[in-house]
Amino acid sequence: MKRKPFAITLDPGSSLANHTGTWRTVRPVYVDRLPPCNHACPAGENIQGWLYHAESGDYEQAWRLLTRDNPLPAVMGRVCYHPCQGACNRGELDEAVGINSIERFLGDEAIRQGWKFERPKEPSGKRVLIVGAGPSGLSAAYQLALGGHSVIIHEAGPLAGGMMRFGIPKYRLPREVLDAEVERITDLGVEIKLNAKVGNLLDTMRDGAFDAAFLAVGAHIGKRAYIPSGSAARMLDAVSVLRSMEGEDKPMLGRRVVVYGGGNTAFDVARSAKRLGAEEAVIVYRRDRNRMPAHDSELEEALQEGVLVKWLSTIKQAEESSITIEKMELDASGFPQPTGQFETLEADSVVLALGQEVDLSLLDRVPGLEIEDGVVKVGPNMMTGHEGIFAGGDMVPGERTVTVGIGHGKLAARHIGAWLRGTTWVHPESHELATFDKLNTWYYSDAPRSQQPVLDMVRRQSTFDEVVGSFDETTAKFEARRCLSCGNCFECDNCYGVCPDNAVKKLGPGLRYEFNYDYCKGCGICIEECPCGAIKSVPEEI
Amino acid sequence: MLKQIEGSAAVAEAVGLCRPEVICAYPISPQTHIVEALGRMVDSGQLRPCEFINVESEFAAMSVAIGASATGARAYTATASQGLLFMAEAVFNAAGLGLPIVMTVANRAIGAPINIWNDHTDALSQRDSGWIQLFAEDNQEALDLHIQAFRLAEELSLPVMVCMDGFILTHAYERVDLPTQEQVDAYLPPYDPRQVLDPADPVSIGAMVGPEAFMEVRCLAHVKQQQALDLIPAWAKEFKDVFGRNSGGLLRCYRCEDADILVVALGSVLGTIKDTVDDMRETGIRIGVLGITCFRPWPLDAVRKALAGAKRVVVLEKSLAVGLGGIVSTNVRGSYTGAPEAVHTVIAGLGGRNITRASLRSMLEQAVAGRLEPLTFLDLDRKIVDGVLAREREQRRTGPIAESILRELGVSASKTG
Amino acid sequence: MSFQPIKFYQTGTFTVGNRLLPEAKRSVQSTMERTNSLNSGHRACQGCGEALGARYAIDAAMEATSNKLVAANATGCLEVFSTPYPETSWQIPWIHSLFGNAAAVGTGIAAALKAKGKTDIRVVAQGGDGGTTDIGFGCLSGMFERNDDVLYICYDNGAYMNTGVQRSSATPAAARTNTTMPVGQSQGNPFGRGKDLPAIAMAHEIPYVATATVAELRDLENKVRRAMAIRGARYIHVLVPCPLGWGHDSSLTIRMARLAKETGVFPVFEAEHGEVTSASRIKRKLPVEEYLRPQQRFAHLFRDPVRTDVIERIQLRADRNIRRYGLLEAEE
Repeated sequence: MKRKPFAITLDPGSSLANHTGTWRTVRPVYVDRLPPCNHACPAGENIQGWLYHAESGDYEQAWRLLTRDNPLPAVMGRVCYHPCQGACNRGELDEAVGINSIERFLGDEAIRQGWKFERPKEPSGKRVLIVGAGPSGLSAAYQLALGGHSVIIHEAGPLAGGMMRFGIPKYRLPREVLDAEVERITDLGVEIKLNAKVGNLLDTMRDGAFDAAFLAVGAHIGKRAYIPSGSAARMLDAVSVLRSMEGEDKPMLGRRVVVYGGGNTAFDVARSAKRLGAEEAVIVYRRDRNRMPAHDSELEEALQEGVLVKWLSTIKQAEESSITIEKMELDASGFPQPTGQFETLEADSVVLALGQEVDLSLLDRVPGLEIEDGVVKVGPNMMTGHEGIFAGGDMVPGERTVTVGIGHGKLAARHIGAWLRGTTWVHPESHELATFDKLNTWYYSDAPRSQQPVLDMVRRQSTFDEVVGSFDETTAKFEARRCLSCGNCFECDNCYGVCPDNAVKKLGPGLRYEFNYDYCKGCGICIEECPCGAIKSVPEEI
Repeated sequence: MLKQIEGSAAVAEAVGLCRPEVICAYPISPQTHIVEALGRMVDSGQLRPCEFINVESEFAAMSVAIGASATGARAYTATASQGLLFMAEAVFNAAGLGLPIVMTVANRAIGAPINIWNDHTDALSQRDSGWIQLFAEDNQEALDLHIQAFRLAEELSLPVMVCMDGFILTHAYERVDLPTQEQVDAYLPPYDPRQVLDPADPVSIGAMVGPEAFMEVRCLAHVKQQQALDLIPAWAKEFKDVFGRNSGGLLRCYRCEDADILVVALGSVLGTIKDTVDDMRETGIRIGVLGITCFRPWPLDAVRKALAGAKRVVVLEKSLAVGLGGIVSTNVRGSYTGAPEAVHTVIAGLGGRNITRASLRSMLEQAVAGRLEPLTFLDLDRKIVDGVLAREREQRRTGPIAESILRELGVSASKTG
Repeated sequence: MSFQPIKFYQTGTFTVGNRLLPEAKRSVQSTMERTNSLNSGHRACQGCGEALGARYAIDAAMEATSNKLVAANATGCLEVFSTPYPETSWQIPWIHSLFGNAAAVGTGIAAALKAKGKTDIRVVAQGGDGGTTDIGFGCLSGMFERNDDVLYICYDNGAYMNTGVQRSSATPAAARTNTTMPVGQSQGNPFGRGKDLPAIAMAHEIPYVATATVAELRDLENKVRRAMAIRGARYIHVLVPCPLGWGHDSSLTIRMARLAKETGVFPVFEAEHGEVTSASRIKRKLPVEEYLRPQQRFAHLFRDPVRTDVIERIQLRADRNIRRYGLLEAEE
């Protein structure tokens, strides 16, 4: 018989009647903040999102989330210059997460596993013309096809890919990879007409009964510079040289090749020349290393392969087997000025890599367009001055990279889809940025960045085999797990564990948490101890 | 079974028969023989299952008993004097929590000055703690009361203190009748706790109670203890049925029926008083003895009834309420319906001072003659007291009182007589 | 080490849980089935370190004993805020007796369970620093000496907080409390030996002694689990910051415990039978100033002029801890 003494002895559970939530002056609220990597990606990838899946080994789920925004991960994992990594908060802790390498792993895995995109169920009944099967065109085609639209790409060249095929050397981007990812897009029902350069845009649109068009012809015309030269001097442009690499017959560049220019293209040419057997590949660039537009990684790899660089030099004159260069020096405002000192270099050929221009011929007699500095201006909705004609990639103002092109394609597709429905697409408001100060980095283990394997030097100099290797699965997973998940809950259970009042409810795997505001006293420990900054403090109305 | 054994040993036997599960012990004269005997019983396996714990202080002893009792184990400890005071916080705590611990108090004086001999000041200092307090008259009653104590404690969920005079009873060899295990088992069922710490049914014991409920809690404690006033006589009767003798109960009257004058006392001195009363009865004086067995709860109605016919009441107590006079007598006076000045306080036997028949006789004759003061100290050496008081009037600093007296005596021998 | 640290796993062994770890390797606190022995609705201050430490320790003990646990609690913050009539936050069998006798009550409970043959039920006795190092010292030492089967957990917030922040023998040197105010020449609590209870426990050579903080949950849980695998007297000393008494924002409770460890002010280690068996490594050593500055109870050291002499003495003590327990060389 249990007759417990009055008041002295209490039954469990009675404290739940005391709603200590009334003590609060501030309340914690779960938020999703924008991770800096997502914010920095020109293609708008949900990087943190797909890393989350990669961490658990759900590679297909990761790949599907990634490809919602970018259909070419295997390519991008090789050629993108990863601004995401530059913005990565982990960089302030030890080293940025190797996002690019993981993207490559996922892309390669998708190819290995034969994962396909899911066809949309209902066709929209609309037809869209895309001019150019480069990254921007392919991205737009992909997104529009997913939207149920009928898409046809008119590609001027013999193969799809644009600069991916005809500008980036094979040792950076093996062609099988590119082919596989393009094929996946065409499997969605996208038709690519090759060798089908568009002469007149409006005619083509009318003939094909297209409801809208997206132009992504790129910039394929090498810029020229006036260099006095003898008749026998062999002067080529970089774009053509690189394009000709794709064919059966390799270009004859000779034993000593000079490349004029300091961009990525210049290095692509120099390194390719080496592989073709040139004894010497020399880059002549009029400014210094700090101002060189090419990426540091390109320079590093090139130097390792034995490419030489003449900084602060311009070509004065070119002859059959030599050139004259003049030394420059930078003036106070950073412009190179001639010094009057000259040098002669042996050169069997000179390749000009001085920039590229857009072939705008297809736009003749298209009214309403605004062209400035050789590119077509577009509004924030990627539409040109002509209704229904959109454009993106290298032919519109902006940074000229493959990723930017993909981003343009995706953005244009959104706007085209809305335009076709008679509405406008409004970019959803972004969340607050998840900056480093919002993290509690104590919780992340020390883990240096993983390194991708690199091909040995001999093979690099003699073959076009891929220079940078891939992560194996363990390494990819390890690297993915270095992600701090900035601003987005990754279910570490910290808030659930550190609440002294047991006022956080755990809802289950994948369901995150909920505050029990009946008991939350607003102490703020959860906010302080959330590793990724996914909780914020909101004052109560008192 | 009849045995001639020391009082402590008898109590140990009785406690052992009650199947205690946890015994904790800290040594203090004059209780040591009790716990030593129990320790031997546990070590030899005679008392099993039982955990015997040598604690590091009396405070720990009572605390260990609290923990054990709250876990549903029958718990026992023993102490005296300084030890009882040292555990005072825990004594109140045990009663407040309602834990049926049984404790033997081998009554001993409290210092300063330190004194190891018998008086009742220790137990009576805890009279308001909420414990039930029973006083044994002789060794037989001492052992019997322990058996009744466990039953009483567990039924009421209150702790019980069994008091026996230190040295006088604890160290005296008397013939006692030890019960059998079967008899004790028949009288004392297994402990069924009112509240228990059990993972299968969790409770929080010892909450903080504020002004909104504290009065009620204390009132309930008071009412609960008073329930013993009914239970004690009932179980004393049951005890007689099982064991065949009168033992315990609330109080005992000896030749009270037609008495004009009644002597009230607790403990072993009752024996001497009864002898004196017999002598006086021979001379025709109508005098009787009221022995209080249950001091807490105070048996108000029973005492009132017992004293009803008396014209004069002499309370002989081995205790002193400094600044007031008598402790027991104050309780008695409140129960006597006659004139308050008819109740006399006689403080006797403090610190083990012998109480002789001669002194008692002389004092009672004074009482009969109406010459007894309201408050007297039996056998006090007035010369010493007056001498010290006189010296104190002359000089301010005379040092500790005890030292003063010894100086007065000239020797440090104890005085008897 | 009492447990194997998990090799890099995104957040390693530092967060409460981790969706990438198998459930068995996560902390008790991360599971939805944790006991919540100290449940919501208690009246602890916002951000109370003791409330957190108690739930951590008791939930871990419940898990380790398959929910067969009884707790005895000393008077103090933990007891007062958890059981004000008519509300109790405890979900386990629990008893509060007095301020100084938690260890003895624990002894009694253990003895009763043994007498009844229910030794699968285990006993925890717990109290604050005041109830353990001062008034409860005698009973604690007795329990140790007898090697009673009780795990004693001391939640050390460095003062008698429940009565309004008065100094105890566990109060750190130079701290301000209401009985060690830095007025006149005084710099707060004097530099004495302090009572190093873990060392005292080790001197009793009991089977297991450990220190822990609320900043390292898994470490604390592992220590409780290890303790429950041992029979006999065991002692765990947990540092629990008190926002009110230490004078820092309620959200910084865990951070302050972390700083105490990372500066060497509070050494985290384990010992068995009087010998240190492992220490928890300092991840990145910090100067004691990082720990002292955010607390109002040390604010008097940072007024103009800054008391670098006092701070240095504190630093010397921290350095001594680091040397003595090998806090920088310990295994990861």
